[in-house]
Amino acid sequence: MTVPAELLAVFPNPPPPDLARTLDLGGFRWKAVSGADDVARNEPTGGWAGAIIAADTDPEGAWALCRALRKRDVPVAPLLLLVGGGQLGDLALRDDLFDDFCLSPFHPTELEARLRHLLWRGGGGVKPDLVEYSALALNVETYQASIDGRPLDLTYMEYELLKFLAQNPGKVFTRELLLSRVWGYEYYGGARTVDVHIRRLRAKLGEEHQNLIQTVRSVGYRFGQSRWA
Amino acid sequence: MNEAQRNYVLHTVEERGVRLVRLWFTDVLGNLKSFAISPAELENALEDGMTFDGSSIDGFSRVQESDVLAIPDPNTFEVLPWGDPKSAEARVFCDIHNLDGTPFEGDPRQVLRRNLAAARALGLTFFVAPDMEFFYFAPPQRGQAPEPLDEAGFFDLTASDIAGSLRKQTIRTLEAMGIPVEYSFHEDAPSQHEIDLRHNDGLSMADSIMTFRLVVKEVAATQGVHASFMPKPLEGVQGSGMHVHLSLFSGEENAFYSPDDAYNLSPIAKQFMAGLLRHAAEITAITNQTVNSYKRLVPGFEAPVHISWARNNRSGLIRVPIPKKGNPMATRIEYRSPDPACNPYLAFSVLLAAGMRGIREGYELPVEADANLFQLTDAQLIELGIDQIPTSLGDALKVMEGSELVKEALGDHIFEWFLRNKRNEWRAYKAHVSSFEHDRYLRSL
Repeated sequence: MTVPAELLAVFPNPPPPDLARTLDLGGFRWKAVSGADDVARNEPTGGWAGAIIAADTDPEGAWALCRALRKRDVPVAPLLLLVGGGQLGDLALRDDLFDDFCLSPFHPTELEARLRHLLWRGGGGVKPDLVEYSALALNVETYQASIDGRPLDLTYMEYELLKFLAQNPGKVFTRELLLSRVWGYEYYGGARTVDVHIRRLRAKLGEEHQNLIQTVRSVGYRFGQSRWA
Repeated sequence: MNEAQRNYVLHTVEERGVRLVRLWFTDVLGNLKSFAISPAELENALEDGMTFDGSSIDGFSRVQESDVLAIPDPNTFEVLPWGDPKSAEARVFCDIHNLDGTPFEGDPRQVLRRNLAAARALGLTFFVAPDMEFFYFAPPQRGQAPEPLDEAGFFDLTASDIAGSLRKQTIRTLEAMGIPVEYSFHEDAPSQHEIDLRHNDGLSMADSIMTFRLVVKEVAATQGVHASFMPKPLEGVQGSGMHVHLSLFSGEENAFYSPDDAYNLSPIAKQFMAGLLRHAAEITAITNQTVNSYKRLVPGFEAPVHISWARNNRSGLIRVPIPKKGNPMATRIEYRSPDPACNPYLAFSVLLAAGMRGIREGYELPVEADANLFQLTDAQLIELGIDQIPTSLGDALKVMEGSELVKEALGDHIFEWFLRNKRNEWRAYKAHVSSFEHDRYLRSL
């Protein structure tokens, strides 16, 4: 697995020894920070890749830092919080201040897994900003798609569907899976909505490129070539 | 509102260099209305909506408060595929709200939303696929008969070339706007064309029809041609209809399909049809809202006249098409009286309400009328229990006025405004002395 090359901010300074050890063993690059000013002073040119904040020794300082990181013009994200068992109640109504949390003392494998997942989701290192396949290019950062270099104007749901498919080329997805991953289950249109959007995407891709999305008979849809072809 | 959707729209405006965002909505008569805002105002519009004076819009005016709020539906944001690509324009459909945030009762899109929600509460999603018919004419002159394109003389190129390329360009534009086309062809009448849209959920389809009418007209105008959705523009040839193919889905399943039935129709489908048939006369003023609409609904031009159903009888109001290879997903019914001059939001609302009434009350479907009904006498029709679709706007309004179903489906505000407006139209028409009368009576009487 690739390791994110960017720098993580870790609070407090110095961090708990078991946290430092886990990060080092996982191959993460990190720097300890003592507060918001420290974060600003030591910020790498490309920005922080994320932050890990251990709240069990200095809860007040930890929450203040979370808030400060979120309020910046470019918020530091993702933000993983470490809390002691007695602090779980403090999480209530603070959902906006962190992306995930881990109970301290933590299990090193769990912490590492959560961190990797957060970094993947937040576009930090593992997931590229640009998804390219054949003539199609999707810039996840700016939400723009193009085909043969010509901009492709999509509605929000068309874009989300195309992004999901293009990020997983060669895989066959059922309508239900696409519905649950792209729309979320609460959407009322049912699996038929998926067909409608696929047809609309194909229309916009144009005759030349509509084969990028293939119908897999009585299963669902596949983007691009099958990996077994 | 969904944060991600809003970000998507704002990013797209910035990245694509959109200079103007058109906020679209529809008046009670089905006319597309639009006002443009600059990209700088868009964020605010998405968040809080844009206030405007509703009294300038047909059917929006009220006695006291006239200000209403247009809130863009970010799902419908599209960059328009025409115009200067260097200063692109985008459109977004709006829902109209009262200033206190409640849905505005004069907004047809909100009316359709409410009717769709009622079906959804029973786990049913309404799908529609319309067959859109229209004519290409030379630019109309006041007081002159419309001049079809196929009658050469107006253009240097052969007319069929022009019409063919217009249709091709129209389809390309529609597809670029995410409106997939199923079929398209030259219809029977001179200069008449048909473009069939692929099914979609009711709200998206009503939006698509509004876009469709604009695209057809815009593309035609680039060649100096006038496209018209007038229901019966030429005497003696077919008029333009908007047959609608309807189905209800329950999640994955087509609720209209049953493998056990001779017609492959489920009990729900039959009750839905029964509801449409029983309330057909009441909803006709909405599906056929002009004086001219009723000149299309006459015998001899493949337009329905009788309130009946059949599998393959095009003289009836409802046809049950036989799906290709018996595909359960394609089981549907085709309601044939509406014309493309209707307000699609209101037409879908009353169609759905009539069908749903049939399901809720468990209406019994009458027997299939497979005879050619045009050849039966009035006495035979009465014996079969087959009524006629109202034969004039005046008649249709009279039936609608007594309909508690239509009143409930449209809400009091639109119900009353529509009746008032259309009664005036009917009165004006009744007072008009036509050339038919001059030709027939002036000399002989």
